[in-house]
Amino acid sequence: MESKDRLFNSMAEAVVTGNKEAAETLAKRALSEKFDPNEVIEKGYIPGIQKAGILWEKGEYFLPELISSAECMKAVMAVLKPALKASQAEHFSRGKVVIGTIQGDIHDIGKNLVASMLSANGFDVVDLGADVKLERFIDKAREMDADLICLSALLTTTMLNQRRLIEMLKERGLRQQFKVLVGGAPVNKRWASDIGADGYGENALEAVRLAKEIGPKRGLA
Amino acid sequence: MIRTTRPKVELLSRSFIEKIVDEAFLLLERHGVFVENAEARSLFKEAGMPVDETSLRVLINRKLIEDSLASTPLTVKLYDRAGSKEFVVGHDNVHFDPGSAAVKILDHSTQQERKPETADLVRLARLTESCEHIHFQSTALVSSDVPEIIADSYRLYLGLQFSSKPVVTGTFRTEGFRPMFEMLAAVRGGDEELRRKPLAIFDACPSPPLKWSNLTTQSLIDCARAGIPSELISMGLTGATSPVTIAGTLVQHVAENLAGLVICQLAQHGAPVIFGGSPASFDMRKGTTPMGAIETMMIDMAYTQIGKYLKLPTHAYMGLSDAKIDDAQAGLESGMGATLAALAGINVISGAGMLNFESTQSLEKLLVDNEICGMAYRLIEGIAQREDPLALRLFEGFKPETQFMTMPHTRKWYRLEHTFPRLADRDTYDAWVSQGRKSMDDRAHDRVEQILDETPPNLADETLRKELERIMRRDAKNNGFDRLPDIL
Repeated sequence: MESKDRLFNSMAEAVVTGNKEAAETLAKRALSEKFDPNEVIEKGYIPGIQKAGILWEKGEYFLPELISSAECMKAVMAVLKPALKASQAEHFSRGKVVIGTIQGDIHDIGKNLVASMLSANGFDVVDLGADVKLERFIDKAREMDADLICLSALLTTTMLNQRRLIEMLKERGLRQQFKVLVGGAPVNKRWASDIGADGYGENALEAVRLAKEIGPKRGLA
Repeated sequence: MIRTTRPKVELLSRSFIEKIVDEAFLLLERHGVFVENAEARSLFKEAGMPVDETSLRVLINRKLIEDSLASTPLTVKLYDRAGSKEFVVGHDNVHFDPGSAAVKILDHSTQQERKPETADLVRLARLTESCEHIHFQSTALVSSDVPEIIADSYRLYLGLQFSSKPVVTGTFRTEGFRPMFEMLAAVRGGDEELRRKPLAIFDACPSPPLKWSNLTTQSLIDCARAGIPSELISMGLTGATSPVTIAGTLVQHVAENLAGLVICQLAQHGAPVIFGGSPASFDMRKGTTPMGAIETMMIDMAYTQIGKYLKLPTHAYMGLSDAKIDDAQAGLESGMGATLAALAGINVISGAGMLNFESTQSLEKLLVDNEICGMAYRLIEGIAQREDPLALRLFEGFKPETQFMTMPHTRKWYRLEHTFPRLADRDTYDAWVSQGRKSMDDRAHDRVEQILDETPPNLADETLRKELERIMRRDAKNNGFDRLPDIL
């Protein structure tokens, strides 16, 4: 029991310090020793990513530390997920997300941060990259039966495409199928409500909070 | 007489410059650059460079870069609208211009940002015309009352009418070049006249790391062939889109700019190019791109020093601030930036008027920054030996009642040795109180209103205005718009 606790502590520590190799190695060891992957995630890794989040909010961690922790989490989930039972996997999937920087805009730092943080927090994220055509967002969202579409824009000119996408969803009778979150430097709450989006996140952590709050349409959280 | 020293600041040693440039060459040779524009890729192929049509990666060898550097002019000359006033961009000459292209304007009355419209662009161009220390205008605001598709040409259309100064501009779409070129040629009275006397600089930004997009590459090619100087605006963000160390970012910066320079020279041997940029020290707490950070200024000063080493005219975004209003931060960051840029001998310094990470312009700040630029100019003029002896003669027969103030020496030199700002407060406390305890921002606003109340000087003449309007209307029409906003 004590050795198990020590293992869990090392896992948390690996995530907090952003040591991806160690985090992956520990996950593989846990599987080879037949630990319950569900317990490993819950007691080993999640406390790690939570602590990284707390350090960020306290102002001790900056983006390189926070994102490294998120990337650790992503790597670990890739190792452990296949070993989860279907019901457990469902439990850990907070929802399916299509994310991208909208057509006409090549800026994707902010979007990358949000994508990393969402996957670290258990969302299945498909990142379409930058300068993504509106059609592609819709096609991909339908193909993977997404819960959320996240649209980033850095320019005030490309921001208009966020409105356009929501209009396209309405025109095609798909608006109820997906929640739409918007973000990016020129975007604010007012704009989000003006264009009828389901939410706006000021930064990556707020985007995660919002995504959790809105939750997958399946009703799991 | 002793020659006046031009004060100068340099951050890099010669051997450090050589190391950075060498790594940039190796980066282009081994890793290469992504070129989205098909015409540019075929130019590289013709020059014998390896081009991968799948990944769009182009490898550029040292020889081609060196040849391209050799064919790039040491200086660029710009001329005002009348074609009479010449500005040499190069050596250690300094020219300030308003930071562009802001998508918001700070409204003084509400202290809130709002979207700029036609009237704001006209006001900004008129104020720029009035700023004696700001040599160039720029298409600094993006007008929200015309369709986005013609927003690039529309800025130039207004600027050329309301300011006679050379203009720093750029395209937002590949089709934008044609109408903008025609407007510039209309001012000069022909394509060849424009080539002989350039009126505008076009900015072109690579996408970090190491990519030249289709739009910006097309701008390089079009400008090179028309004889219009291209300003290369590499803009790595430390630790986000470029290496986190300043020296590492400089390697990428130099490589991106050199790739652009080669494209210009392949399109037209001898094309004018300015070695510029808008990199930033990325803030790892906020995820923002502070232009007022001292490290941003250090990167700017260093790459321009490298540009000088490569015998190129230089440019940087300095003398601007990340503050949201015209407050102390706005003054301190803009003041430091403009001063350091002038000391570094950067040829084109874009930033006046700008706030909020290059996204907001302020008319009041533009006038404050004009004063900062004036101070920077005075600084780099240096300390001159006016007379020989310097002072001894003034003390001959000096008595307790002798006054310096009434000496002919004083009257002869005081206006040359000392400058007199209009907005900075040098009043006594009581005088300041009696004038309403105004802040610098308030005084700047009073001055904005005063200038805008006067009849605009140097308007483009009627014939030219009609011709510019014809080109603008045709561009609008080609894009499906029949109406343009009223100008006055």
